[in-house]
Amino acid sequence: MSNMAKKAILGKKLGMTQLFVGDVVVPVTVIKAGPCHVTQLKSNEKDGYEAVQLGYGDVKEARVNQPMKGHFRKAGTMPLEILAEVPLNPQEFKVGQKILADIFHEGERADVTGVSKGKGFSGVVKRWGFSGGPASHGSTFHRAPGSIGQCATPSRVFKGRKLPGRAGGARVTAQNLEIFRVDSERNLILVRGAVPGPKGSLVVLRESVKSGRGKAGKRVS
Amino acid sequence: MNEIQDIERQQLKQDIPDFKPGDTVRVTIETKERSGDSKTERKRSQSFQGLVIRRQGSGARETFTVRKISFGVGVERTFPLHSPVIKDIKVISEGDVRRAKLYYIREKVGKEARVKKKKLS
Repeated sequence: MSNMAKKAILGKKLGMTQLFVGDVVVPVTVIKAGPCHVTQLKSNEKDGYEAVQLGYGDVKEARVNQPMKGHFRKAGTMPLEILAEVPLNPQEFKVGQKILADIFHEGERADVTGVSKGKGFSGVVKRWGFSGGPASHGSTFHRAPGSIGQCATPSRVFKGRKLPGRAGGARVTAQNLEIFRVDSERNLILVRGAVPGPKGSLVVLRESVKSGRGKAGKRVS
Repeated sequence: MNEIQDIERQQLKQDIPDFKPGDTVRVTIETKERSGDSKTERKRSQSFQGLVIRRQGSGARETFTVRKISFGVGVERTFPLHSPVIKDIKVISEGDVRRAKLYYIREKVGKEARVKKKKLS
C-alpha cells in the first residue's frame, strides 16, 4: 500500500525545553523513543489488513498475564509495557526485530501522534475557538454560543453543530515536525515544536506523510 | 538526573556572575548587523545598563529583566540568561532590597525610584 509509512517508532514524551542555535532559541520536545520490538505482523490473509505491531517499555514479568506471556514468547521478546499497531509494510519487518531511535535522522520530518490532554466538559470558546462577546461595557453576552440555528424551518438543530462538550483527550497527530536531534545512545529524539499529550504519555513517531512533497520535502534533502 | 536537565546542562554558561534583583548590571550583547546594500554581516556589541528587577525560570530557560531610564522613558529588556548573544554581564553595584520582583519601581519617579546600596559587612 502506498499510504504506509516506511518507518515508525513508539516513545514516551518526556517534556519540552529550549535550545540555543546561534542567536535563536528553538523550542523542542524530548521523546524517549524505543527501543521497540516487532511483536506481530498483521497480514491480509490472516487479519484482513496489513500492519506491524510494536511493543515498547520494560515491565516486570509478574505484571504480565498468561496469554500475553505466550504472545511475547512467540515473538521472542521480553515482556513489554505497551503494544501498538502501526501502519507499516509487514513484508519489510521480522518478528522480534528491534527498532531503535537511530532510524530517524536530523533534519528529517516526522508525524507525531498522541492523545491530547483532556480538557473536561468545555464551552464553545475553549472547545471550538468561538470569539465570545465583550467582557464589559454593559455587555451581557460573554462566552455563550449564540444562535444555534433558525426557527420553525427547520425547527431542529442541524447535526454537527459546534456545541459545548468533552474537549481534548482525543487522538491527535502533529504533522511535519522537524527531527532536531537524535541521541541513539540514550534513545532520545528531539522534535522541533510541540507534540500532543501530557508528559509521560505514549507517542508514535512516523515518517511524515508530507515529506518528499513540496517545500517541506525539499528542505529535508 | 533526568534527560531534560541533562540536555539543558550542556547549554548552561559557567561564567555567569552572581547577581540578584536590585543589583545594577551592565549587559554586553553582540548583534549581527546587515548594513543596507552590502551582504556582509558585521558584528557589533551593545551594552545595556540598568537595574535588575526580575530573575525568572530555571535551567537553560532562566531569564532576567533589566530596567533603565532612557531619555526620560523607562525601558525594560528581558534577556535569556544563558543566551550566546550575551557576551558579558558585569555587576556595577549591589542593591539592598526586600523582594524578589521589583515591579513597584515602575510607578516610582526620581528619588523614590532608587534602590538602597548594599552595605558591605
